[in-house]
Amino acid sequence: MSALLEIRDLTKDFGGLRAVAHFQLELAPGELVGLIGPNGAGKTTVFNLITGMIPPTTGTIRIAGEDLVGYPPHRITHRGIARTFQNIRLFNDLTVLDNVRIAYHPYAGYGLAEGILRLPRFHHREREIAAEARELLGIFGLADREAELARNLPYGDQRRLEIVRALAARPKLLLLDEPAAGMNPGEIQKLMELIHFIRDRFSLTLLLIEHQMRFVMSICERLVVMDFGEIIAEGNCREIQANPKVIEAYLGKGVHTGGGGPAPAGSR
Amino acid sequence: MKLRAGTIALLGAVALYAIVLVAGLTRLLNPYWLQIFQFAGIMTISGLGLNIIYGYTGQFSLGHAAFYGIGAYTAAFITKSAAAGGGMLLPALLAGAVAAGLVAFLIGLPILRLRSDYLGIATLGFGIIVKVLFDNSDAVLPTLGGSRGMTGIPKLTTWTWVFVGAIGAVMLVRNFVYSSHGRACISVREDEIAAEAIGVNTTQYKTLGFVMGCALAGLAGGLYAHLYTFLHPMNFDFLKSLDVLLIVVLGGLGSISGTIVAACAWTLLLEGLRVVLPPEILDWRLVIYPLLLIVVMLLRPKGLFGGNEFRFLKPEERE
Repeated sequence: MSALLEIRDLTKDFGGLRAVAHFQLELAPGELVGLIGPNGAGKTTVFNLITGMIPPTTGTIRIAGEDLVGYPPHRITHRGIARTFQNIRLFNDLTVLDNVRIAYHPYAGYGLAEGILRLPRFHHREREIAAEARELLGIFGLADREAELARNLPYGDQRRLEIVRALAARPKLLLLDEPAAGMNPGEIQKLMELIHFIRDRFSLTLLLIEHQMRFVMSICERLVVMDFGEIIAEGNCREIQANPKVIEAYLGKGVHTGGGGPAPAGSR
Repeated sequence: MKLRAGTIALLGAVALYAIVLVAGLTRLLNPYWLQIFQFAGIMTISGLGLNIIYGYTGQFSLGHAAFYGIGAYTAAFITKSAAAGGGMLLPALLAGAVAAGLVAFLIGLPILRLRSDYLGIATLGFGIIVKVLFDNSDAVLPTLGGSRGMTGIPKLTTWTWVFVGAIGAVMLVRNFVYSSHGRACISVREDEIAAEAIGVNTTQYKTLGFVMGCALAGLAGGLYAHLYTFLHPMNFDFLKSLDVLLIVVLGGLGSISGTIVAACAWTLLLEGLRVVLPPEILDWRLVIYPLLLIVVMLLRPKGLFGGNEFRFLKPEERE
């Protein structure tokens, strides 16, 4: 019962395609775990299942003991799971600050009428929300860009802003889908430091999908490797690097498997 | 600085109100033109309603005139049934707004699941149903007049009512949009999936936006009914929905200022051309005006205001 996240026998079929098969995962509070595997292995599908974006075919997902299957995504977010997206989904036509402020909505603390009538509680809470949002932006070095439209940010900043927005939803578990994609080595280094920092600061548990192996190997304490919807290996970085099944999944098996080419599409 | 923008706007509004009022009383502005001014205010209210739905919440509706009509018929029914007396106007207007909002809520539950064009078609269908209901309304309530139209509505709408209603609508929309609930609606427009992922109940806020917008249409409809004192189902058909859509797009989606300017410009221009143009080419009025639309869309594809606001409509950031 000490696990924060507990996934049992999770399976997802898209028609005849089994995207995720009998997936099992337990995350203890404070863990930082990487979910890796070739393209199309089903990693993002697992994220979509955890966050309720798509319903599982079978299986249970529990957070702090509560079964989340069947909840709409916003309720799952209220239970303490937030995420970022592989193909960044910011509110492009809004300012950086508003992108973050929206995530405070469940904690707004004032009603519709209070907002429209501009009662004291509205002003009080809005001030707090803006201050908190600015603090988070400051941590990620985005404080001086708060008035810019999200679409005008450079790519790396957009990725960081998405993490800030997810943090504003006050998660216990943060799911990061390829946070380092498109970042240069310097940015990746900074990102690693940031991830460690926010984990301690907000006592987070993190699960991340990433293809940049140097990043994954240096940041994650435990790795889960998927291929064709199944978990093929689990363990610390050293074990995973030496695991023949993992090497096979990434590089192919030589002669008779014909290259072990990853299945196209389906990862999203 | 910002306080001043607000103060100037307030003074400007009061001045506008007083000028039109005095001009109307002294017959400097003939009753016909006074009516046009009032109609501009009514279109502003209705347009602001659609702007909440389409401009801020991102839900495409082609059935706005139906809710306008529901408000108009509801309010007119109440004042006509009640033994006259101007005191009934406010309750009737509110009832019209509530009726439109209630119907929006019931119809919104099933259809707001649809997106963009599909939602447009569904709201269009709903608009046609409502029009047919108005056409046959006399079968149930003879007072409503059916396809012959509803007559004998007391003329209770005054410039003051319209002005107060319009200012109220502007304040309502402005305060809503710059609150957490308004931001939730905007997040639905921007990216529904991301909105859910950060904890916004998108169904709830789509419904909220739709209900609020339709309630404003209902309010505008009530004012309209008591301005012209005659209602006909033709006044609430698909083309009337298009007029409002046009105003909102022309002014700029997600811009209160844009809707105000476009609603006034649209109403006054349509009538103004009548005066300005020589009689020989008066019929070309209906060609000139669509041409203007095309030109505006080419030059300013995001509408006149493109999502910007007059300064006094922006929230003051307080430290």
